[in-house]
Amino acid sequence: MELLQYILQNLINAAERGSFYAVISIGYSMVYGVLMLFNFAHGDIFMVGAYIGFGIATLFIGIFAGLLPAPLIFLATVVTTMFLVSWVGVFVEVAGYRPLRNAPRASAAITGLMIGIIFETGVLILLGATRLSFPPLMKSVTYHVGGIYITNVKAMIIIISLLLMVALHAFIQKTKWGMAMRAMSYDFLAVPLMGVSINTIAPLTFAMGAGLASVAGILYGQAYPILDPYMGVIIGWKAFVAAILGGRGSIKGAAFAGYLLGFIEIFVATIFPSTLRDLIAYSIILIILSFKPRGFFGMEHSTKLRL
Amino acid sequence: MSALLNVKNMTHYFGGLRAVHNYNLNIAPRQITGLIGPNGAGKTTIFNLITGIYTPAQGTITLENENIKGLETNEIAAKGVGRTFQNLALWRHINVLDHIKMAHYSQLAYGLFGSFFNTPACRREETRVEENSYRLLELFNIKQHANQLVTSLPYGAQRRVEMARAMAINPKVLFLDEPTAGMTPDELVQMIKIIKQVHKDFKVAIFLIEHRMKFVMDLCQHIQTLVFGEIIAQGPPEKIQNNPAVIEAYLGKEDLT
Repeated sequence: MELLQYILQNLINAAERGSFYAVISIGYSMVYGVLMLFNFAHGDIFMVGAYIGFGIATLFIGIFAGLLPAPLIFLATVVTTMFLVSWVGVFVEVAGYRPLRNAPRASAAITGLMIGIIFETGVLILLGATRLSFPPLMKSVTYHVGGIYITNVKAMIIIISLLLMVALHAFIQKTKWGMAMRAMSYDFLAVPLMGVSINTIAPLTFAMGAGLASVAGILYGQAYPILDPYMGVIIGWKAFVAAILGGRGSIKGAAFAGYLLGFIEIFVATIFPSTLRDLIAYSIILIILSFKPRGFFGMEHSTKLRL
Repeated sequence: MSALLNVKNMTHYFGGLRAVHNYNLNIAPRQITGLIGPNGAGKTTIFNLITGIYTPAQGTITLENENIKGLETNEIAAKGVGRTFQNLALWRHINVLDHIKMAHYSQLAYGLFGSFFNTPACRREETRVEENSYRLLELFNIKQHANQLVTSLPYGAQRRVEMARAMAINPKVLFLDEPTAGMTPDELVQMIKIIKQVHKDFKVAIFLIEHRMKFVMDLCQHIQTLVFGEIIAQGPPEKIQNNPAVIEAYLGKEDLT
């Protein structure tokens, strides 16, 4: 019984951690599907999302605290931040990637690295090096269910992440843009011949990836309320690992691998000292990749294996 | 006779190679035109130049007296140029019905807002597209495959999916790049029937590249013969069939001694 509780407790922790990786790594996969490259600025878009979320949350709490119920303030913060950060995504596409669309893929890929550094230093210059602390958008309550502790923040992180993924799935399956995105990952050339402009689909893809990352930023701020300009680097790389592990360009794969990464990290930490967590966790992933080099949901063969 | 699609003095280079030289084309509404020529003559390049995949170095291209040269591929498609590819350009792992629905993209006016709230106007459009898609599937005899992935279809059926997809954009002129390549004799007969049917039902002009003489002679009202990027002969099928220059290009020079 105690062991079962222990496992369940860790499963919840793993689901929380995996949610961040899943939501962020989806952004990598979406862009890969459409443009055949990984947007290495994505981790820093997550960071910018967290900062903008911080600004909006502070503003809204300042104005509406006491006037509106907390969940409404939370919702307004999420929606406003998503909207604003989507434009950051559009900016990255238009300013960074569009001029290099026909350039060799490696040149286009390093654009992302450069934009990421620009974002990091930009935030550093604007806000200074002091770490900011994200205001709590809801009062933390701990529930005790059958020997397992779960806070409302944790539950919310898991639920919101799942809802976002369901919404994204519906968008990609049902709408004309979603269909164009899917089609682009199979044959790039035939899509414009259907009257679809890449200059619509590419920025839209970046906007959606950035919007997702920004929600992850707000949720991250609720779980670990310290913001710093380099917070996107490690989590960005880990989400990138998840995107590869899931199979390049596969959104389903990215989500799955994101959660898997969370589970591996948490369970490694329960067995080994936490300082060894990443060392062991990522060695395990390296071994998985050597057996499944295309990732879990990678395409058998694609016209687009170039990077 | 007023021209639907008009190409004048089109020339294009790949590096130092002159791929297409002084090419002219005039397609009347509802006309079926064939483009024949040996491998490497530049036939597909001409398709790519007109559909905007490349922009020609020189010359003019007009559709219904409106310039389309230099436009983006998607703009040219939306104006009414549909095409298929020599090596099928289908989307693996997407089912047949979604291929056809996707091709209605430029006819769907709903915005992000409409799709988010699933407004009645948005649903009406979706329904219309779905009905139209099924109509096309039926016409091309692939309705029974609607929910299958394209990769699981027989080759001939895949070709028909690609053609149905090209027709879904509601083109004024349909470009077919070797529509019968790799087909069995049965599939070939079926394809001729389908092209005739499409031509009749949609009142569309057709421009096709083909190697099988029987097919070209049977379908086309006008034939152009392209060799090394230049037209060496053009005219009605019966004249082309007996043209010595065409025979030479295809069979080599006749030894008369």
